[in-house]
Amino acid sequence: MKFERYGIGIVKGLTVTISHLLRHPTVSQYPEQRLNVSRRIRGNELIWSREKCTGCGTCAKTCPQGAIEIVTSTNLAENKYEVEKYQVDNGYCIQCGLCVEACPYDALYMGYSFERAKYRRGELVQADDMLLESAERPASGYFHPEIAQKLPRQTLLIERITEKR
Amino acid sequence: MTIETKEMMLRTEPFVLNFGPVHPSTHGVYRMRATLDGEVVLDIEPVFGYLHRGIEKLAEQRTFTGFIPLTDRLDYVSSMSNNLAYVMAVEKLAGIKVPERAEYIRVIMAELQRIANHLIANGSFLNDCGAYFTPFLYMFREREKIIDLFEMVSGQRLTYNYMRVGGVSQDIPDEFLPALAKFVKQMPGKVDEYDRLLKQNEILLARAKGVGIISKEQAVNCGISGPILRASGVKWDWRRADPYSIYDRFEFDIPTASDGDCYDRFRVRMEEMRQSLRIVEQAMKQIPAGPVRAEVPHIVRPPAGEAYVHIEAPKGELGFYLVSDDSIAAYRCHVRPTSLINLTALREMVRGWKIADLIIIFGSIDICLGEVDR
Amino acid sequence: MAIVDLVINTQHPLQAVPPDWPGGFWWHWLFFTVVLIVFVLVMVMAVIYIERRGMGRMQSRLGPNRTGPFGIFQPVADAVKVLLKENIVPTNADKLVHWLAPVVAFAPALLIFAVVPFQNGALLADLDIGILYVVAISSVSTLGIFMAGWGSSNKYSLLGAMRNVAAIVSYEIPLVLAVVGVVLIAGSLSMNQIVLAQGIPFILLQPLGFLIFFIAGCAEINRSPFDLMEADSELVAGFHTEYSGMKFAMFYLVEYAEAVAISAIITTLFLGGWRGPVLPPWLWFIVKVVIVFFVMVWTRTTLPRIRIDQLMAFAWKCLFPLAVINLLITALQVLTLSQDLIWVMIPVNIAIMAVLVLLWSKFFKLGWGRVEV
Repeated sequence: MKFERYGIGIVKGLTVTISHLLRHPTVSQYPEQRLNVSRRIRGNELIWSREKCTGCGTCAKTCPQGAIEIVTSTNLAENKYEVEKYQVDNGYCIQCGLCVEACPYDALYMGYSFERAKYRRGELVQADDMLLESAERPASGYFHPEIAQKLPRQTLLIERITEKR
Repeated sequence: MTIETKEMMLRTEPFVLNFGPVHPSTHGVYRMRATLDGEVVLDIEPVFGYLHRGIEKLAEQRTFTGFIPLTDRLDYVSSMSNNLAYVMAVEKLAGIKVPERAEYIRVIMAELQRIANHLIANGSFLNDCGAYFTPFLYMFREREKIIDLFEMVSGQRLTYNYMRVGGVSQDIPDEFLPALAKFVKQMPGKVDEYDRLLKQNEILLARAKGVGIISKEQAVNCGISGPILRASGVKWDWRRADPYSIYDRFEFDIPTASDGDCYDRFRVRMEEMRQSLRIVEQAMKQIPAGPVRAEVPHIVRPPAGEAYVHIEAPKGELGFYLVSDDSIAAYRCHVRPTSLINLTALREMVRGWKIADLIIIFGSIDICLGEVDR
Repeated sequence: MAIVDLVINTQHPLQAVPPDWPGGFWWHWLFFTVVLIVFVLVMVMAVIYIERRGMGRMQSRLGPNRTGPFGIFQPVADAVKVLLKENIVPTNADKLVHWLAPVVAFAPALLIFAVVPFQNGALLADLDIGILYVVAISSVSTLGIFMAGWGSSNKYSLLGAMRNVAAIVSYEIPLVLAVVGVVLIAGSLSMNQIVLAQGIPFILLQPLGFLIFFIAGCAEINRSPFDLMEADSELVAGFHTEYSGMKFAMFYLVEYAEAVAISAIITTLFLGGWRGPVLPPWLWFIVKVVIVFFVMVWTRTTLPRIRIDQLMAFAWKCLFPLAVINLLITALQVLTLSQDLIWVMIPVNIAIMAVLVLLWSKFFKLGWGRVEV
């Protein structure tokens, strides 16, 4: 006589749950413990390099959202474009990274930090010198392997939590 | 005798209950107007469109590469599969061949995405059954490990934007394969733990076995695909029936079940997770070195024509129909919405069951509103 | 005063005030009333904390840990939050019924503790009908729940409340029958006498009775896996949808106070109450109550919910026959076995429980419940 469904399934489930009491919970207490994000994170803001940018406009054409606005003027003396205004509307940006990929002169970087929220919507629109790399706005290694090497390794859950069996 | 008992029965009146767009379950903004007689569901009328964003129209105003981030947001729970289907459609239009290493990376990503999706599907299903978030949280722990791997590769945790026309966007970093090896070693033990927690649980059996049955013929007639079809007994998987990419090089089984009830769909998804792990293991061993992107111009201009590509996405058959007229944007892009077509069978499955079963059956179909509404 | 003296002096062996109690009747009453109210409120807070932390750890996360060290002030924070909320009453509601419902639901939960012994003879009233009083009082809170459902003028609350009443009434019967088995062995209805009679804890002598009482008890207090009356993933929040502010706090309190009450009854009836070797008796009592409640938290974390028709079928087709058979077997054993052979009951009852559970599992059908439309 085969006996099934007499409660053994419930008992097995109960053993699984109680064994979790003895394990380390897989949580980390933000903001006291911050984990390292990926080296290629496409973080909150876009970072621009004034020296390398030539005003070609490839990034603006590639952006699916149209968040980049560039105004250039000609500098006939040095035979190049001068970038007068380079403006990114971070509210429209979906952090897809296509602009970084498209730039032929490697003048764009994605941001590394993810905690750069603002209080006002107007502050999301950033232009010119606000977009340069600085200590509060580090650059991430998305499509920039030389930067990715210098960033710390990402914390992986699979390596971090050792659950006692 | 029957007529006399009918006259003695209480006269009841059906009423309409609105399961509003703000859902207690975790499936998104979906509205159902259910006609109930007491607790028994007589009829349901779905009202959706609360998440419509006009993605198909937007495709006509973006370049082919610029549309890839938008495909991420279709079935936002399994972004890699959406990317893959769209990119394969463009490649078929343009006649581009993908290098070997990129094909292997794509397969690894797609199968990992399948595991991640089934973890959410089963976790939400059990949450709807009433197990107070416990299996949900256990499954999210494993999904977190997969998302860490995806973050390492693409930079983000939900909308990856990883596949490109002609390959993938960047090569995998050095620490990806060792971490993946650790994951693949640990995951079968976790799937066994889920089984121990719930496979034989009498309450789950009582709630889900025999509930919401859809027969083989009905499933095929409704155009259902994916785990629901396989749970009803039809052994149909696009990776075997019409192999795309390099799936014909891997050995894996296709789990099917015979009854077509909620419990069988739950079991089929659990087994598919195991099979996906097998594929990932084989791909990890066979992956060659080489380029990861074909030489494709930055703005792709496929010749005029049309192409339809379907893949076995975790939820079913996801298809992209692209019409190109030799310009930088598509002329028409249509998405075959897996979740919407699977939902058409909901009415058949639910009639005659109670409110509690309605929630469970809806959860077992595993929809994502991004796909239903586009 | 003279009437009170008369009442006390005409008591038969069970004294209203134990002989070694310093002070008179009213001092005893005042002391125990204060102790009980403080005990219930403190235990409810402790129990809320245990549930949230315990459930969190079992789900591989931490529970609340920011309000106070290890989060022990979380229940206090909950209470403060709930007190500050606005008290909204629907316009169509039956005002008196709506206002009275939380009170009617909460008072019995407190009243049950009047007969629960904390120490030998240390209880508010050592009634000779102790356990019968408990059964009677716990039925009154059902009335409060139905008043809540009716007074809300919300058809979903009414549905939830009606489901609740049907379920509670069905589960009363196996509950009471399981208790009768214990009473037969102990020989008295008084709770103090039942504890005193437990040389061997009754959980060993009455394993089937314990199981039935535990399951029926969980169903009585709407605890998972029987919590479909306040289900989070179904449509509405059940009978307490339209309540906010302090009234909602009373319902929240009712749920946990009843959980503590059922744990206290289980401890007294089956686990030996305050008996234990080293620690003071009242500490043993609290420890056992916490252990029983922890088992309830454990089952809540693991098990999914049962559907309403499966709930009723389970009560009438499974628990009720098992309870009757248990009563029959116990009566036979009490009649035939003498006092020093009572340990024979342990293996016999465990074997009978195993056989009955296996037998009844054959009747477990799956996939029923569909109505032809």
